[in-house]
Amino acid sequence: MLTRLGLIAALALGTATAALAQDATPKDGGKLIFTAPYGNSITSLDITATPHTQDEIVAKAINRSLYKWNPISGKPELDLAESVEKSADGKTYTYKLREATFHNGDKLDADDVIWSYNRLADPKKALPGAEQMLQIAGVAEFQAGKADHISGLKKIDDRTVQITFINLAEPGWNLMSNYAPIYSKDYPEDQLASKPNGLGPFKLANYVPGSKVELVKFDDFYEKGKPHLDKLDIMLMGEASARDVAFRNGEIDASVLGPEQYEAYIQDPALKDHILEVAEVYTRNIGFNPKIKAFQDKRVRQAINYAIDKDLIIKKLAKNKAYPAVSWLPISSPAFDKDAKPYAYDPEKAKELLKEAGFETGLKFSVTATPNESWGVPIVEAIIPMLAKVGVEVTTDPVDGSVLSDKILSDNFDAYIWSNSSGPDPLKYLTCFYSKTPQNACNYVKFSNADFDNLIDEAGNATDPAKQNEFLRQANDLLQEEAPVWFFNYNKAVMAYQPWVHGLKPNGAEMAIQDYEDIWIDDSAPASRK
Amino acid sequence: MLRFILRRMLQMIPTLLAVVLIIFVIFSVVPGSFITSLMSEGRNVMNADVLAHLNEQFGLDKPLPVRLWDYLWGLAHFDLGISYRTRSPVWDVIEPRLWPSVKLALAAMGFAAVVGIPLGFLAALKPGSVFDTGTMMMAVSGLSLPEFWFGLLLMYVFALHLGLLPSFGYQAGSIKYIILPAVALGVSPMALLARTTRAGVLDVMNADFVRTARAKGLSEPRLVRTHVTRNVLVLVLTTLGLQVGSLMGQAIVIEKLFSWPGIGSLLVDSVSTRDIPVVQGTVIVIVLWFLVINMLVDVAYAAIDPRIKVT
Repeated sequence: MLTRLGLIAALALGTATAALAQDATPKDGGKLIFTAPYGNSITSLDITATPHTQDEIVAKAINRSLYKWNPISGKPELDLAESVEKSADGKTYTYKLREATFHNGDKLDADDVIWSYNRLADPKKALPGAEQMLQIAGVAEFQAGKADHISGLKKIDDRTVQITFINLAEPGWNLMSNYAPIYSKDYPEDQLASKPNGLGPFKLANYVPGSKVELVKFDDFYEKGKPHLDKLDIMLMGEASARDVAFRNGEIDASVLGPEQYEAYIQDPALKDHILEVAEVYTRNIGFNPKIKAFQDKRVRQAINYAIDKDLIIKKLAKNKAYPAVSWLPISSPAFDKDAKPYAYDPEKAKELLKEAGFETGLKFSVTATPNESWGVPIVEAIIPMLAKVGVEVTTDPVDGSVLSDKILSDNFDAYIWSNSSGPDPLKYLTCFYSKTPQNACNYVKFSNADFDNLIDEAGNATDPAKQNEFLRQANDLLQEEAPVWFFNYNKAVMAYQPWVHGLKPNGAEMAIQDYEDIWIDDSAPASRK
Repeated sequence: MLRFILRRMLQMIPTLLAVVLIIFVIFSVVPGSFITSLMSEGRNVMNADVLAHLNEQFGLDKPLPVRLWDYLWGLAHFDLGISYRTRSPVWDVIEPRLWPSVKLALAAMGFAAVVGIPLGFLAALKPGSVFDTGTMMMAVSGLSLPEFWFGLLLMYVFALHLGLLPSFGYQAGSIKYIILPAVALGVSPMALLARTTRAGVLDVMNADFVRTARAKGLSEPRLVRTHVTRNVLVLVLTTLGLQVGSLMGQAIVIEKLFSWPGIGSLLVDSVSTRDIPVVQGTVIVIVLWFLVINMLVDVAYAAIDPRIKVT
């Protein structure tokens, strides 16, 4: 298994290296036609008003945050700040801001950062990005109405801002979020949704709701010499088969692939050499509700993990477009335990455990599932006969996406199958299993384990990153042992790109979100791209 | 005529009210809400306070009758409310989608009429011929073809293999983008029109007045032009009106497939995110379109057939 995991990691890294190796001398000019594959519309051009990945794909071109995610190193790094100094107690950070210009010509200053974060945290505005502000000191008081501003934000001078945090966790994980961009304090707020004004490499040229977003190069982008492209069109294309035709026809330059397409593309000599793969930070799982008596027993939860042949499901249904899950944290996580092995397919062991727990027969439950091909009803239908072999009767409770979250948040389920974020920040996503995390935040299975809580506390207080990592690794291993969910797989994100496209990155946080400023096209591109 | 139009417009009000009530009731009993839809991706954790504030901001914490009254009061003042999703007025969300939808519906109907009516006519003039049989087989196939599959087939043939047309997208003022979605959407009404026209023409051709005209020595082309066409037109117009009226609502699949920015795809997105004000606004627009088109068809009857009077 160790060898296999090593191979998986090498594969993910290898394709990344291959994709980047060709990007030696970027050429300027031309147009890229990119796709946003999660629907045929976006919610808003103001990313702070929406929690959807589809919107993030567009926002990444327009806006910038204090930090950014580096998909190659797998860590957050400074973006709008050129340097940072950390106080001795590790809780106060002083950022020296870059010289950067908004699309309307306003210059970035410390007041913009303070204004943007106050706006995000303002409870009256009810912005989803408020989640990213919770680590800043004074946000709780501000949100409770006990303060009229966030005390942890302080302007030192026009280009220096000081932020105090409530804990020692690396602030970059939250502040790199595309949902927490820096806006100009002087720009009318009511225009952000229709005429966005960001610090990103591209500015809005035209938006056709329900069809496409057309962007043009922002000449005053702070990174000199970037972006390389003159134009960027983002097509809103939720239909996979339509993207397939458009990609093969050369009408779009990049397309995220589903399992069926992945299988076809890797066998097609004309397409197989231009595919980018990466293990994404999403863990597909079946969560067990402890209000079902049997699920309160660890042996039952473990038995279900042993009873299902996930390798077979990944091969047959996911068409190998996934990696078998070991525990909660994904392969790319710094706290992933490379020595840990996934639950093996062992129906006999499952039977033994069920017998020990007193559920040799008679265990019945339903799994609430959406129609999703990778983590929905088809997967549940595949596990039904496997669990039947060990005496467990499973039924499907089919629902749509909105009802799935409704049922989970209102504790109205036996078990559910879902794909949840499990990174990139290991502390944040393991904290979802902290006993004090409410079910309607992200502790959907109401997991409660004192040892796990201690490890999370230790990790949160650790100043040494290596020590923090070790606590998180142990917590992740404990989670595997406790099996509050059936660990199914980590998504393998796959993007096909045209041979003339360079600079795409294997972004494990979300493949469809790219650093557009680094993308360029070569001379072999068709005339429509020049 | 004016009285007729006014009366018909007044009759639309109870229809619209009934539609609004039905949607309100349906979405109040089905599980899932806008708030829970925000977390349906399972990716971004949402702050519980933010969710509570959103609930309050959109009045979702109020009892259903109060929400219904607020909505009806707004509607009486031509205010469709605020979209939960975009946080902008519902009309601002619907308006940019309206013209593309109208264009697509009219283009699809144009294709259906231009192809379907002549085919039905010609088939009826030679009943039992190879042409008739072939046309009717085509019509049955057209009626039974799944739109999604047919749209994909068109993409593969005309975009991928022949390279004649773009496979997707929308460009205001460009005809080439509308051809494939219009044909995909229009194939079913085209088939229906062909069958209806054929049946109508056959019926008229066997009528006594046609036999009399023929006995009087009227040439066949003149007979068809002056007696048959005029009498069949009412039937054709009725079919046409019903089809144009319903096409806007039927275009959902085609709009999704071709990334066409119409209100059909807006409706689907709004239903899946439980953006009820937009769902209601969109349905009202679709129902209004249907009612207005059919009112215009009724008006057109009078122009075609002097025996019909609209009062």
